Amino acid sequence: MGDPILELSGVGKRYGGIVALDSVDFKARSGSIHAILGENGAGKSTLMKLLAGTIRPSEGQMKVDGAPVDFRSPTEAARAGVVCIFQELSVIPDLSVAANVCLADPPRTRFGLIDRTRQIQIARRIFADMGVGQDIDVDARCSELPLSKRQLVEIAKALVRNPRILILDEATSALTASDVQPVMRLLRRLRDQGVLILLISHRMHEIDELADTCSVFRNGRHVETYRSGARTDQQVVQMMIGRPIEQIYPQKSDPATFGPTRLLVDRLSWTDRLKNISFELRAGEIVGLGGLDGQGQQEILEAVSGLLIGVEGTVTLHGGDGTTGTGSFALVSEDRKTGGLFLPLSVGRNLTATGQGAFSRFGIVDRKREQAYARGLVDKLQIKVGDLDSAVETLSGGNQQKVVLAKWLAVDPDILLLIDPTRGIDVGTKQEIYRLLRDLAAAGKAILIYSTDYDELIGLCDRALIVYDGQIAASLEGAALTEENILSSALRLGVTSPAMQEARA
Amino acid sequence: MNVFLARHGRPLISITILVLLFTYFISIHPRGLTLGVVTAWSNQGTALALLAVGQTIVVMSRGIDLSIGPILALSNCVASHLVDGTPAEIALGVVAVVLVGTACGTLNGLVVVFGRLQAIIATLATGAIFSGLALIVRPIPGGSIDAAFADVMTWTVADTIPAAFLVIAGSALIWYPIRKTRTGRTIVAAGSLENAAYASGLPVRRAKVLAYALSGFFASLGGLYIGFQTLSGDPSIGLSYTLNSIAAVVIGGTALTGGVGYVIGSIAGALILRTIGSLIFFNGIDPLAQPFFEGMVLLSAVAFGSLRLLRITHRLEMFK
Amino acid sequence: MSDVSVTKARPKLPVDGPTLANILAILALLVIGGLQYPQFFSPTYLAQQLQTGAFLGIVSAGAMLVILLGHIDLSVPWTMTAGATVATAVVGSDPQPWISETGLLAGLLVGATIGLVNGIGVAILRIPSMIWTLATNNVILGVLVYFSGYYARASQPSTLMTWFGTGRTAGLPNILIAWAVVSLVVLFVLRRTTYGRNIYMVGTSEVTAYLTRLPARGVIVASFVFAGLCSAFAGMLLAGYAGQSYQRMGDPYLLPGIAAVVLGGTSLFGGRGNYSGTVAGAILITLLASVLSIMQAPEALKQIAYGVVIIVMVGFYSLRDTRS
Repeated sequence: MGDPILELSGVGKRYGGIVALDSVDFKARSGSIHAILGENGAGKSTLMKLLAGTIRPSEGQMKVDGAPVDFRSPTEAARAGVVCIFQELSVIPDLSVAANVCLADPPRTRFGLIDRTRQIQIARRIFADMGVGQDIDVDARCSELPLSKRQLVEIAKALVRNPRILILDEATSALTASDVQPVMRLLRRLRDQGVLILLISHRMHEIDELADTCSVFRNGRHVETYRSGARTDQQVVQMMIGRPIEQIYPQKSDPATFGPTRLLVDRLSWTDRLKNISFELRAGEIVGLGGLDGQGQQEILEAVSGLLIGVEGTVTLHGGDGTTGTGSFALVSEDRKTGGLFLPLSVGRNLTATGQGAFSRFGIVDRKREQAYARGLVDKLQIKVGDLDSAVETLSGGNQQKVVLAKWLAVDPDILLLIDPTRGIDVGTKQEIYRLLRDLAAAGKAILIYSTDYDELIGLCDRALIVYDGQIAASLEGAALTEENILSSALRLGVTSPAMQEARA
Repeated sequence: MNVFLARHGRPLISITILVLLFTYFISIHPRGLTLGVVTAWSNQGTALALLAVGQTIVVMSRGIDLSIGPILALSNCVASHLVDGTPAEIALGVVAVVLVGTACGTLNGLVVVFGRLQAIIATLATGAIFSGLALIVRPIPGGSIDAAFADVMTWTVADTIPAAFLVIAGSALIWYPIRKTRTGRTIVAAGSLENAAYASGLPVRRAKVLAYALSGFFASLGGLYIGFQTLSGDPSIGLSYTLNSIAAVVIGGTALTGGVGYVIGSIAGALILRTIGSLIFFNGIDPLAQPFFEGMVLLSAVAFGSLRLLRITHRLEMFK
Repeated sequence: MSDVSVTKARPKLPVDGPTLANILAILALLVIGGLQYPQFFSPTYLAQQLQTGAFLGIVSAGAMLVILLGHIDLSVPWTMTAGATVATAVVGSDPQPWISETGLLAGLLVGATIGLVNGIGVAILRIPSMIWTLATNNVILGVLVYFSGYYARASQPSTLMTWFGTGRTAGLPNILIAWAVVSLVVLFVLRRTTYGRNIYMVGTSEVTAYLTRLPARGVIVASFVFAGLCSAFAGMLLAGYAGQSYQRMGDPYLLPGIAAVVLGGTSLFGGRGNYSGTVAGAILITLLASVLSIMQAPEALKQIAYGVVIIVMVGFYSLRDTRS
């Protein structure tokens, strides 16, 4: 490990009256992988944005290599060797992969025009370096790629700028299992070359595996920095949330208590993405959809919700009273920003969006009943919100997800369909959501959840359906629901194969 | 081939429609396919084609230029004062007109970028200003433009090809090298996903200003070309040109959502609109019905875009 | 009162920022006008000015709902003309009282139909409103030009239209009363009905609204129908005011109608805006025109002033938003 390449003293950031970072002192050394831990709202993302030059500090000083810096734009930060891979993708959908990789500083011909041949060469070389060269067509438009491949483009875009400080803000959360390994190897190699890698991740095992040093943030303050491995997970989580935490997943239900079938999917097919899918979901049951990213898990949920056109086979929803075809459902979509919430509108309006009939007559709203209705939901899900009139976009990710859940629970659906409901959410809220889902199941709801997090499939679900290439490759439950079996089904490998061992390593 | 069709299918459709309409037009034209007929036909569409190129570039950046017609009118009025006299005076006059148009466009860009106004309202407002300036420059239609020079621009080159063809082709050729510069690519990137383009360190502001400046530039060429046809200036021609330039862009296959744009398609769209006008004339349809037919054609051309709804396999594709 | 919550919980004032800015600008215009022309302050003169502003106000009430959805209605000019032409033609064919008032209904029916076509194109055929309403505007123009042969047919406003257009009640021009009634309806709809709530939600994100199972298409179609009704109603009142309908009577109301809404602080992206701002915006535009008329400014200068005011005020709003 080298000298401190990055030094912050007394750095603070205020938005109006809200303190996002509170006089932070922080050091990180070159040639290390430094993890930044903390719940949502702890100030991690603010810190990263300051370093990347997208925002400027309200006070304090940042030094790179001992020299004070004040980045006014991402370009200036990049010039000083600080490059950020953002959680929100900065890939341009309408440009090719190669154009995106070389976006900031494209190679030019002697006429000053962009040199497409060299651009393609550069992109190919970077992806080969990353160990994913064979997976990516550098000529494809990014809008044609699945999310996980776009994430790889995002990483390549940062690497092409030869960073000395590389910041990854949840940059691996969208990667598929098969892409995570090459990326991890790459990060280690960069570290050995003397690069400082700042890593924000909610995946604890990833941090255990990669980080040399960890720093914990809470409420905009730097709590502690320790050598990786010097604290137990329990201690770390406690530092992050400031209180002790019990087991993260609630107790599973006894299969004998499951009620009648709520959802019956029979030989479902759609374009070339879904092939002959059949399964059933019973009241009280939480079933997970797993597998590599983009194998058709999301499409199964969308087919059940009626979003897909030209579906073959049948989907039958059974109502709570046993009547066929009358079951109600709610789809809690993957992207809170586009599918789940009206971000600029108030918490109240978002909460009441689904159930306006409950507090209106002939289309005229009774404001008192509306307020009471929204308050009831806030209390029921323990959403931390002061003013129902504040915009929902001002809430933390976890509380936003609670608002989404609340607005759907308000209409009491028989079947709950969820797409990655805890992605990018802090541990404390995750735990609350797990408990909520389990309580809902115990109350007779049927829950189908697509998760990219294998821990979640194992810990939360009664049964997991592993999807591979639009088909159900395995149905795992009870003792068979293990990480090994999930991976082997997801990759279509035997449990003991060497590749399998590597993927687990 | 499939990828090619997926990416270029929309402009190809409009080019095909243009070829069909043009063939029909020639077949009913009393004089048939002669250089004169083709020249007259292309002259009619040139100003709108130039405007459509400029509008496409702005639309690609996810903006819209409602002042494009007023800039055209202002340029036309300025031209009616300056593009006359000795060859040197004419040349200077042309340069001055182009500078005026480009300056107007640049102003639009600055207002949109630094005033952070939505493009619709910003260019609506600057459009009013440019219309006012056009009225000051030339309160009533008139003035003069050098007839000999105008003849060169509206007749043929070496008796083989209409000069208008070269003007139109040249306008498209100006865009393609610009697109291959970093700033030019940023126009597309900003239209596709502006925050991402900014976070990637691209010169988003410069690119947007450039897009509007180019729109003003092409509008000034359009104003000049109308001057070559009418040999005078008219301050009131703006509004219909603005609306038609948007129609041409849409008929050419460019969506108003930004990120993707087809300059060639928009040129075809402009020529389609003009060919329809000529067809009504030569078909002997009651001239009173012409606005109705133009409206219906625009309506069906626009409704054509909704055929995509029949192909979608995912309901959320509706919202794209 | 702020109807949509903005990012921070601000203390609730009876008027929001843009409305206040408009009121200040209106006061400034009154002072400038008063210095040039002392009668400017007389209630009669002001009422007369507001009377001409009422047509704009009614048009912008309809435009507001459409803009709140993130759409735009460019068919205003010929919807106004169509409403007025059909209504006055019905009256003209049989100028009996009571029977002739069916002309008013016919005009409203025309407006609603145009709005319905606009709404179907936008909500169901998924065509960008800017281009679809531009096309419908051209078609109406074509139909009117063809059937009336470049001049309006027997054109006579009904008694009620004339009463609205030129009459007074208790000293107030009736047209102002009509504007006030339309305004109260819009205020009530936006604040107290589920339809109004849905307008804000669909305008914020139609995908989210669809996934939330709100009747997004219905909301869009209904709002375009309302805008069509407003345009046609304004057209008929204008015919009552002018004593006849005429070609291009709607042209001066399209862009000012949009400008009034935007000056009032409504975002063209949809989902954000208050109706009080729209009313203030319409008054501001009207007074600006009348002050310039008093100063005998030429048309060119009016256009320029109009453009500058929009840029300055809307630029002010957006810069203020960025800072906070």
